[in-house]
Amino acid sequence: MNASASSSATDILAGSAKLPGWNRPPHVEPDGEGELLEVAMGPHHPSTHGVFRMDVALDGERVIRLKPVFGYLHRNHEKLAEGMSYLGSMPFTDRLDYMCPLTNNWAYALAVEKLTGQEVPERAQYLRVILGELTRVVNHASAIGFLIQEMGASGTPLMYAFKEREKILDLFEAITGARMMVNYMRFGGCRVDATPAWLAAVRKVLDGLPQFADEFENLLCGNEILMARTQGVGILRPELAVNAGVTGPMLRASGINYDIRKVDKYGIYDRFKFRVPLGEHWDVYDRFMIRLLEMRESFGIIDQALKDIPGGPIMDPKAKLRGFRPKPGEAYGRIEAPKGELGFYLISDGGPNPYRYRIRPPSLINLTVLEDMCLGSNVADVVLIFGSVDIVLGEVDR
Amino acid sequence: MKTVEEIKAAIEAAVPGARVEIVPNPSVSGQHSLRLDPGYAVAVATFLRDDAELSLDFLSNATGVDWPDKEVAEKVKVRGTVTKTVEGVEQQVEETVEETRKRIVPGCLEAVYHLFSMAKKHGPVVIRMKTMNRTDRVELPSLTPVWRSAEFQEREIFDLFGIVFTGHPDLRRLLMWDEFKDHPMRRDYVEPDDFEYEPTAHDEVLARAQAQRSREQGTAIRDQGLAAGAGQ
Repeated sequence: MNASASSSATDILAGSAKLPGWNRPPHVEPDGEGELLEVAMGPHHPSTHGVFRMDVALDGERVIRLKPVFGYLHRNHEKLAEGMSYLGSMPFTDRLDYMCPLTNNWAYALAVEKLTGQEVPERAQYLRVILGELTRVVNHASAIGFLIQEMGASGTPLMYAFKEREKILDLFEAITGARMMVNYMRFGGCRVDATPAWLAAVRKVLDGLPQFADEFENLLCGNEILMARTQGVGILRPELAVNAGVTGPMLRASGINYDIRKVDKYGIYDRFKFRVPLGEHWDVYDRFMIRLLEMRESFGIIDQALKDIPGGPIMDPKAKLRGFRPKPGEAYGRIEAPKGELGFYLISDGGPNPYRYRIRPPSLINLTVLEDMCLGSNVADVVLIFGSVDIVLGEVDR
Repeated sequence: MKTVEEIKAAIEAAVPGARVEIVPNPSVSGQHSLRLDPGYAVAVATFLRDDAELSLDFLSNATGVDWPDKEVAEKVKVRGTVTKTVEGVEQQVEETVEETRKRIVPGCLEAVYHLFSMAKKHGPVVIRMKTMNRTDRVELPSLTPVWRSAEFQEREIFDLFGIVFTGHPDLRRLLMWDEFKDHPMRRDYVEPDDFEYEPTAHDEVLARAQAQRSREQGTAIRDQGLAAGAGQ
């Protein structure tokens, strides 16, 4: 799996020097004293959130070049999905970004609905919003917890985040039957209806969440070490962020107002009032504050959805799950997943399997700018900058 | 947001010589796409990004599609002589007969790009490019100099489909390892056999091993073609 076993430090230095103009990573010159040190961070490194490697060339403590190496978790999910029915790959989407299975389900269902033109009943739309936003809370809380963990406060702060995650995973288990591998959404609706007791349980968990967010914000805002380590570190310029296709909280932390929930208004997002937080300093600290603020907006969305959720069916009565054959054509459907724009591109040739099934992974594409953000900073900051991208390797490698 | 016909007209007005073909999408999604001439693709892409009205500054998704050679059976009417028995006597009669002819439609590899605008908040505009064939003329111009987000995605297409992007700054395999042969997302890809785990290959296992070796030699031709293309 050693993708660049033969590359030496000079190869790494040659790197992306061929990129034209302003979107080339900044060139960092070694100071000329001593030798360059080439370090393979990963694939087994506690900060890489899985199996991921960064080939780093160091001049002392400064990063001169950084090349990410992927593929340790590659299983060719796309090829597998092309060999099975449309519904057959729904459970496999759970395994992409395993922190947020429900938004993966949603993106896939949305793409297929775009392909076939199926309608989703009201109640199912509301359930999707409630579960999708709960997923966002889980993801953002864990991302912040991991940041604090990576700065050396091992264990305790992450467990604060996981305490809330556990409550929400219990809700997922109650409605879908599984904590993480949920396989919940269907083309034209959802699989299981919510009972009144479940909705009451969501309300109860939701009531406790703002207090948790306050606690977490105190950790972020008040801690001097955290501020010293994250402010002004890993700056991502907005024009580069747009050009490099960065999406999600990372893009908004660079000050670009682009939230697909607002832009596409997919599902029923035009009915909810929420704000889009934007960063001002484009650094690691902003990226985590954006996640915290987005979490608070999610509480508001869940609250509105719980108030308005109507009764009725949760599946399109005309929806066909077995023997499902969309007409020939193609569709690209995308949603604002917690990590960024998660898209599915499907080509149908009229058969029971998709002819082409492509996932647009936000985690992979957000890593395009990892080198740009890390160059010239200390190697200890690489861990923080990488953590602020917030990736899951199940989605990066597919 | 302009329609595909208007975008096609705008491109042809702005980039002289560029031919753009509209590929209709019969599904309800209505996402029709524009097929670009690879020779002008970078100029067209730069226009799409920088045009004030379109300003497609965000390349969201880039992917490949494999279209293998397809055998099409057609019924053709041909004048031919047929031996017939007319009134007890065998005669050569000329008449129109229907014949089924098989024609091979050559396949290609295709790169598909989904563009959006973050400034104007519209999209998607779908552009696509075709290679000449699937074996030795698989070069397409890289759009990474225009949109950096294509950097890893084009590497992935190179890795899994075998399209060689000329002008890409760092074209290496992304997900598979460097020593890997072949391109797994192609429709005719055959998974490697696990005969290697048999300590002494014999009989049936040996036959499978030999079949595997000849397949590898077949794909080696494909790889040499790629290596020649990558050197440009």
